[in-house]
Amino acid sequence: MQALYAQLLVGLINGSFYALLSLGLAVIFGMLNIINFAHGALYMMGAFAAYFLLNLGGIGYWPALIIAPIVVGIFGMILERTMLQWLAGLDHLYGLLLTFGIALIVQGVFQNYFGSSGLPYAIPDQLKGGMNLGFMFLPIYRGWVVVFSLVVCLATWFLIEKTQLGAYLRAATENPTLVRAFGINVPRMITLTYGLGVGLAALAGVLSAPINQVRPLMGADLIIVVFAVVVIGGMGSIMGSIITGFALGVIEGLTKYFYPEASNTVVFVLMVLVLLVKPTGLTGRAA
Amino acid sequence: MSALTDDTLPVTPRAMRDEMIVFAVMAVLLAAVPFSGIYPFFVMQALCFALLACAFNLLIGYGGLLSFGHAMFLGTAGYVSAHALKVWALPPELGILVGTAAAALLGLVAGYISIKRQGIYFSMITLALSQLLYFIYLQAPFTHGEDGIQGIPQGHLLGIFDLSKPTVLYYVVLVGFLAGFLLIYRTINSPFGEVLKSIRENEQRAISLGYKTDQYKLLAFILSGTLAGFAGSLKVFVAQNASLTDVHWSMSGEIVLMTLVGGLGTIFGPVVGAFVIIAMQQYLAGFGQWVTVIQGVIFVACVLLFRRGLVGEIAHWLRRSL
Amino acid sequence: MKKTISALLLGTALTVASTGLAAAQDKSVKIGALSDQSGLYADLGGPGSTLAAQMAVEDSGLQAKGWKIEIISGDHQNKPDIGTTIARQWLDVDKVDVIVDVPNSGVALAVNNVIKEKNAVYINSGAATSDLTNAQCSPNTVHWTYDTYMLAHTTGQALVKAGGDTWFFLTADYAFGAALERDTTAVVTANGGKVVGGVKHPLNTSDFSSFLLQAQSSKAKIIGLANAGGDTTNSIKQAAEFGIVKGGQKLAALLLFLTDVKAIGLETAQGLNFTETFYWDMNDKTRAFSKKFAARMKNNAPPTMVQAGVYAGLLHYFKALDALGGNPHDGVKVVEKMKSIPTEDDLFGKGEIQPNGRTIHSAYLFEVKKPSESKGPWDFYKLIGTVPGDQAFTPLSESKCALLKK
Repeated sequence: MQALYAQLLVGLINGSFYALLSLGLAVIFGMLNIINFAHGALYMMGAFAAYFLLNLGGIGYWPALIIAPIVVGIFGMILERTMLQWLAGLDHLYGLLLTFGIALIVQGVFQNYFGSSGLPYAIPDQLKGGMNLGFMFLPIYRGWVVVFSLVVCLATWFLIEKTQLGAYLRAATENPTLVRAFGINVPRMITLTYGLGVGLAALAGVLSAPINQVRPLMGADLIIVVFAVVVIGGMGSIMGSIITGFALGVIEGLTKYFYPEASNTVVFVLMVLVLLVKPTGLTGRAA
Repeated sequence: MSALTDDTLPVTPRAMRDEMIVFAVMAVLLAAVPFSGIYPFFVMQALCFALLACAFNLLIGYGGLLSFGHAMFLGTAGYVSAHALKVWALPPELGILVGTAAAALLGLVAGYISIKRQGIYFSMITLALSQLLYFIYLQAPFTHGEDGIQGIPQGHLLGIFDLSKPTVLYYVVLVGFLAGFLLIYRTINSPFGEVLKSIRENEQRAISLGYKTDQYKLLAFILSGTLAGFAGSLKVFVAQNASLTDVHWSMSGEIVLMTLVGGLGTIFGPVVGAFVIIAMQQYLAGFGQWVTVIQGVIFVACVLLFRRGLVGEIAHWLRRSL
Repeated sequence: MKKTISALLLGTALTVASTGLAAAQDKSVKIGALSDQSGLYADLGGPGSTLAAQMAVEDSGLQAKGWKIEIISGDHQNKPDIGTTIARQWLDVDKVDVIVDVPNSGVALAVNNVIKEKNAVYINSGAATSDLTNAQCSPNTVHWTYDTYMLAHTTGQALVKAGGDTWFFLTADYAFGAALERDTTAVVTANGGKVVGGVKHPLNTSDFSSFLLQAQSSKAKIIGLANAGGDTTNSIKQAAEFGIVKGGQKLAALLLFLTDVKAIGLETAQGLNFTETFYWDMNDKTRAFSKKFAARMKNNAPPTMVQAGVYAGLLHYFKALDALGGNPHDGVKVVEKMKSIPTEDDLFGKGEIQPNGRTIHSAYLFEVKKPSESKGPWDFYKLIGTVPGDQAFTPLSESKCALLKK
C-alpha cells in the first residue's frame, strides 16, 4: 500500500509536464487553430536556455525560471510573425506540417552542436535533498515541480477564463472581425497568445532540466504522448487539458508499478479506448 | 475553408492521354536503369518509397486525410514479411502476400479508430497509433527489438526468378511498383475516387448527397495502408532487413515530406518527391544531422512557398494535370 | 574466382596509374569508418573514430613501404537501412576493403551480413552484441574492445566477490538489456549471489522514479543497471536524487563510457563500478597516445575505449597486410592472417584473435573517483581490478559460432 502512494505521487510529477504542455497546446489551438508540432522542440529550447544562462551567463535556476520562458516565448513570437501568420485561411493541416518542419530544424541544429547525449543541470541548492514522508523518500525538487506547475496551470486558467484579457482572447477566437471592431489589434493578440503557449512549454523545459538531462531530443517523443493526451482530453477546455494531463500522469505512474512493460503504451491505449467509447474526447466539443 | 489543392483540373480524355504518356516515359526510363550504370540499389529503394508515398498521397491528396503514421504500415508489413521469409521459410510470393495482408488488417483497425475524428485530430491519432505500434515492436520478441530482423533470405520468386541477382530483383521491384502505381491511378479516376475528392472538398455536402462518407474514408484508408504495406514487403527484399527505423515517427514524417515536395494530390508528384528525398539523403549522408535540418527547411519552404510541390508547379505552369 | 580476377584487374589499374610498381603487388587499400556521426553514439565513436583510424594509418608505417591508404567516413544515423546502404555502396562502388567501428548492435549485425556477402573485412569496435562472434559470426569479422558477455561477466563477478551478493536489476526492455541481465544473472548465481528482483523499463525513459522506488524497497545490496546511454546516465542521476547510494545500496552500471561519466558529472557518478577495456590514464603508453589524440580532437577529449579499439584493430590489420605483402582485397584471407598473428599494441597490450573473430585482451574494473580525487578535466577513474582476457570473454567451448565446428 505504501508503495502505491509513492507511485501515485511520482505519477503526479510526470503529470505536471503533460499538463503544462497540453495546456500550452490548447491555448495555441484555441487562438490560432494550429496544432503546434514544434511544442516539443520549444520545450527543449527552454531547458537549453536555462543551461546557457547558467554556463555562459552564470545566471542560476531561479532567474532562469522567468528569463528562459520569456526568451523562448519571444523566439516563438518571431516564428509566428514570420511564418505561421501566412497560413491564416489555409487548411489547418499546413500549420501542422509547418511546425513539424520547424521542429526538425530546431532539433537538428541543437543535435549538430550538442550531440545527442545529455548535458547536466544541477538541482538548485535550496531544493536539494529530500523528505521522508513515511511511505516514501520524496526528493524536494520533485515536490516543488508538482506544486509549482499546478500553480502555473491554475493561473493560466484564471487568466483566460476569468479576466478581461482572457475574455478578449476567447472572443477573438469566436469572431475576430467583431473584436477588431472594438479597436483591438487581433494579429498582435494572436502573436502574444502564441508567445504565451510557447512560454509555457519553455517553462516546463526549465522545470525538467534538473530531473531529466538537457538533450536536443528530450521533447521529440514527449510531444507525441502529449498529442495523445490532447486527443483524450479534447482541446476545447483549458481546465480539461490540465486535469487530463495530471490524471494521465497518475495512470502512467500506476502502470509503471503494476505492469511496467506497458508504461510506454498506456496513454496510447487509453486514447484508443476513449475514441471507441466517446469519440469527441472526454471534455471536448466535436472538432 | 480552402481545400488542399485548388487547381485539380477536370479529368478529360486529353488529361488521361497526357498522364499515360508521362507514365510510359517513366516506365521506359526506369526499365533502362540497369543498363545505365546507376547504382540499382539506390533506385530500388527509391521505388519502394515512391510507392509508399503514392499510397499516402491517395489519402491526403484525394481524401484530404493527413496520416502522420504511415510508417506503421511500412514497418508492420516489413516485419511480418521478414518473419515469414526467415522463420517460416515461406517462398517470396507468399512472404509478400502475408506482409501485405497484415498491413491491410492494420489498415482496417487503425482506420476504424482514426476516422472517428476529423482534421488535425485525425493526424494526431494516426501519429499516436503508429507510436503505440513502435513501442509494441520494440518489445515484441519476434522483431528482435533494436537488432531488427537481419539476413533475410531473398529466395526464388515463383520458384523461377532468383532474387539474389540484383538485376532480377530490380525488375521484380519495378513491376511491383508499376502495378501499385496503376492501381492507385485507376482508383483515383474511378467513381470511388470522385466521391473521395468530393469528401475532401466538402464533407457535409457529400453526406447530404447521401454518401456514407465514413465508409468511403475507411475504404481509402485500408487501400492506402495495404499498398503502403506492399511497398514495405518489397523493401524487405531490397534491404534484407526489417528494423525499427521503418516504424519510427521520423519515417512517417519523411513520407509526408516526399509527397509534399513532389506535390500533394498530383499523380506523379510522390514519385518525384521520393527520388528527390532519397537522393538527398544519399548524397548528404556525410553531413550527419544537417540532413534533418535541411529536411525541416524543405518542409517550411514547401508549406510557405511551394504548396503545389515540384510536379504541381510544373502542371500548373503547363495547365495540365499530372 | 570472378572476384579475384576483378580485384586483380582493379589492382593493376591502380598501381599502374599511381606508382607504376609491379602489377602483381597491389598495395592500395581503402578504409571505411562507418559510425554514428551526430547521434547518441557520436561522442564515443563518430569523428573520434575516424581520427583514430587516421592515426593508425600514420603509425603503421605502411605508407613508407609503398602502400597507398585512403580513409572515407559515413554516418549510419543508427539506422540499419542506412548502414547497409552505405556499406553496400562502399563495397560495390567505392571498392572499400575494410569497414571499422560501427556502434549500435542493430546496425552492426546488418552490416556484418553485407560484408560477409561481399568478402570484405569488418573490424567492429563500437557494438556491444556478443552475437557478432556467436550465432552470427563470420569469417570476415573481427570484434574488438568489448561485448555484452564480457561486461556482464567482469562487473558481476567482481562485485559478488566483494560482498555484493544480492542484486536487483533495472533492465532496458529490449534485446540488449535482456542479454545483459541474463548474462549477469548467470555470473551472480554462479558465484553464490542471489537476484532478488528486477524491473524492466522502456527504452529512452526520462523518468526513473517509479523503478528506482521499487529497487529501493527491494533492499538488494547491488542495483544492476542493464541499460545504456541516456537511460544509464538518467537512472544514475535520479538514483542520487532518491538517496539510493546514500542509503547504502550500490549501483553497478553494466555499460558505461568515459563520455557518460562526463555527462553525469563526478559529484553524482562517484563510487560507481563498471568495466572498460581501455582508459586513457592507464600507463605511459596510453597517456602518450591520448595526448596526441586529444590535441587533434575538437573538444580535446581523450579517446574512449571504442575509439581506442578502432586504432588498435586497424593497426593489427596493417600488420596482417604487411605480412601478406600486398593484394589486400580477399577479406577472408586477410582476417585469417590477422587471426594467425598475436595482437599487441600500446593501448590494449597483448592478446589474440580467436577463431570466432573475438579479440581477447584484459578487461578492467573501475570505480569513479570522488570530485576531490580528480586532478584534471578527464581524470575520472580509479582502477580496482584486472581480469585477464581469457577469463573476461566467452570461452571457445561456450561459443555458438559455426566457424568453430569445422
